[in-house]
Amino acid sequence: MKASAAGLSKRIPWMLVLFLIAALIPVIGSRYYTFLATDIIIFAMFATSLNLLIGYTGLVSFGHAAYFGVGAYVCAIFMKDLGVPFLAAWLLGGVGGALFAAVFGFFCVRLTSVYFSMLTMAFAQIVWAICFKWNDVTGGEQGYPNVPMPSMAWLEWIPWIGGLRIDHKFFYLTLILAALSIAAMRRIVNSPFGRMLTSIRDNAERAQFNGINVRLYQLIVFSIAGGFAGLAGGLFGIFNRGVFPDFCYWPKSAEVLIMTILGGIHSFWGPSVGAAILILLNQYIVSYTEYWPFVLGTILLVLLFGFPGGVVGAIIDLFRRLRSAARGQR
Amino acid sequence: MAELLDPFFLLGQLRSGLTTAMFLFLIASGLSLIFGVLKIINFAHGSLYMIGAYIAWNMTVILGRTSIGFLGAVVVASLSVAVLGGIVERLLLRYMYKRPELYQLLFTYALVLIFSDVCKYIWGTQPHSVSRPPLLAGSFDFYGVRFPHYDLFIIALGPLIAFGFWVFLNRTSYGRIIRAAALDREMLGALGTNVASLYTGMFVLAAFLAGLSGALVTPIKSVVPGMDVEIIIEAFIVVVIGGLGSLWGTLLGSLIYGLTLAFGILIFPRFSIFAAFVIMAVVLIVRPWGLLGRPMK
Amino acid sequence: MMLSCRNLVKSFSGFVATNDVSLDVEKGRITAIIGPNGAGKSTLFNLITGHIKPDSGEVMLEGRNITGSPPHKVCGMGLARSFQRTNIFPMLTVYENIQSAFIAHGGKGLNMWSVSEQQFRDETAQMIEHLALQDIAYSIAGEVSHGAQKQVELGIALAGEPRMLLLDEPTAGMSAQETHESISLLDRIAKERGLTLLFTEHDMDVVFSIAHQIAVLHQGRIIATGVPEEVRRNEEVRRVYLGGGKH
Repeated sequence: MKASAAGLSKRIPWMLVLFLIAALIPVIGSRYYTFLATDIIIFAMFATSLNLLIGYTGLVSFGHAAYFGVGAYVCAIFMKDLGVPFLAAWLLGGVGGALFAAVFGFFCVRLTSVYFSMLTMAFAQIVWAICFKWNDVTGGEQGYPNVPMPSMAWLEWIPWIGGLRIDHKFFYLTLILAALSIAAMRRIVNSPFGRMLTSIRDNAERAQFNGINVRLYQLIVFSIAGGFAGLAGGLFGIFNRGVFPDFCYWPKSAEVLIMTILGGIHSFWGPSVGAAILILLNQYIVSYTEYWPFVLGTILLVLLFGFPGGVVGAIIDLFRRLRSAARGQR
Repeated sequence: MAELLDPFFLLGQLRSGLTTAMFLFLIASGLSLIFGVLKIINFAHGSLYMIGAYIAWNMTVILGRTSIGFLGAVVVASLSVAVLGGIVERLLLRYMYKRPELYQLLFTYALVLIFSDVCKYIWGTQPHSVSRPPLLAGSFDFYGVRFPHYDLFIIALGPLIAFGFWVFLNRTSYGRIIRAAALDREMLGALGTNVASLYTGMFVLAAFLAGLSGALVTPIKSVVPGMDVEIIIEAFIVVVIGGLGSLWGTLLGSLIYGLTLAFGILIFPRFSIFAAFVIMAVVLIVRPWGLLGRPMK
Repeated sequence: MMLSCRNLVKSFSGFVATNDVSLDVEKGRITAIIGPNGAGKSTLFNLITGHIKPDSGEVMLEGRNITGSPPHKVCGMGLARSFQRTNIFPMLTVYENIQSAFIAHGGKGLNMWSVSEQQFRDETAQMIEHLALQDIAYSIAGEVSHGAQKQVELGIALAGEPRMLLLDEPTAGMSAQETHESISLLDRIAKERGLTLLFTEHDMDVVFSIAHQIAVLHQGRIIATGVPEEVRRNEEVRRVYLGGGKH
């Protein structure tokens, strides 16, 4: 039943292709592009984790940045204050994100729609307030600066990367870790568990009558999403050379939400595409005008009225129409 | 610690808390109304408030610092924001009613972004302030505690508007239609009511209230970018505590929040940011539909 | 006895929806509940499946007390149901709808490692064939005809290999042709699998054609039970429901 174009697209190992393309960026592009690419990859990971909730389970979280921030703080604090090696600290950041998400999620999944969203936001603001006020641990309002670069000595072993400058080494580190994380999320999404999530999204009552404990599944995916957000946050804290309370602040949640929807919530790669578009657009526009919020708002309006499926949704639609037009002509 | 318990000091805090509460009530009532009838959470409500404040300031510059000038400014600001609300509803918002909540919320957020920058473009980022109208500039002293007339005016205005609302909703036929719309909009359409105009009217009314409160706050708070976000967060907390869609709930929520803020700061100086969201979270966990709202199912 | 309801009572803010209802459903038989709109048929179903809790009374499934047990537990005990307003997964394909039911019932719901597409392929294919859904297997479930959606819902319910099936107005909204096909299918499936069937209906032809036993519900009370012939002849039933209308 599937047309050959779609069949072909399934056979291309997209992840590998993207990975290889990304790997070439420091070689082809300048330092600036490497910088942007690192930013994009981290947010692609962050947005994809949010889409586990929105696109796959139908849970609209307004406070996803909280777990991003928790992961950033945990990773940075363990590395700098406690001298823990990077990989362990990074994973602990993910664990931190997942734990917070589990605790908050427990209360959130008992609510539906609007109330669920508001509670996620309330919890995120509480986390922000704690980060803002707890000077001893988080550095309070000033944030937590000078997060050390991870010792990437092991990268020296790889013949050609070893000789690169720090930024580029970090780019490859980010690329590898993000690729693994995104691959893991893809695995989850395509698993029976992922199928259960989409059934919950489509019709929670029906899923319930199939024997699924809906709240439990929602809590589990909420925790997983929080965990991956935390991992993204850990990387961002280092990239940003510092962790600040506004990592948890609601505009950050709004930012990642917009990326997710801009790209398209109904496809796995949608959020990543959205992250890339938004970051590139931001960089471009900000160099011309200070009125980026206005531009963003307008883009949102155009999106909401014209392309509810996001960029990827629009592209898929276009292909479908071209395909049926082509079939019509034969 | 002893000073904190000084009754006159507390009286001053009470006055301050009540004033905050009434401002919040003015703006939160519009938010609650929009949610109750249109079923939309309007993030842009704070923006309407801010626009009202900016227009009012602008008008006082034009009309002068007299009491009449101030009145004129308030009237022009409220009406302008009401008209703006009507335009937004007619041209954009009405296409959002049938969409999933996520898109409705993003839509209002887009408005926040756009309005915020438009205000910045027109009026700049410098804070502006308005002095109290001469008629209400005085204050009276009560055992050393100052009661500015303006604050008292605001405190009196709140319940007045609440009462006006109540009369409107319960004693007029238009109000009855609105209450019916809140319960079952499809049925109402089937009965021949022009639901579309009703919705526009509702939004215009809510916008009017937002503009009004923005205009009235100018003598007390300076008009700056960011006041939209500050107020919408507080309005949300109020509406959640009181119950989305409930008029008395909004009043109750405003009082609780305003007074908690005024007195809580004394106990924990670092109280405000943290506590407000904790209260909101607790309410959502324990009783999501708020103190006076109706459980949704 | 497959299912026994004893003295079930449920009221909503003073309105008595279910008024001391007792009902026995025999294993392997097809029982129909009929009654005018508002008689309380859906409420009764909701009480049985744990969607709402009765004020008093009991529900026993194969001797086990399931009164008030939550839906996902009740379904784990061999009971499945369909809904009046078709309850499927609208954004998934017909194939995925049924496959997901197999995954859920097969206990693989928490598996995050395997590939969902490869699970239960044989069982899903079999069920699709059984229900004559091959033509639309890869169509989006929300976009197929109403009758087809009811079939999909039946497939989802059957995937759990229930021993008893509750169907809430299974032929509502169907044309005469679809109704006939749907009912023959139901009859055949019930007999093949030895299913106990309990369904509510408006369509009298349907009821009298396949039901072994009929219970008549009126204003929350059961006013008659028995084989079709007995019910048809019952005075009160004729007056309340069948009188003057269709038989």
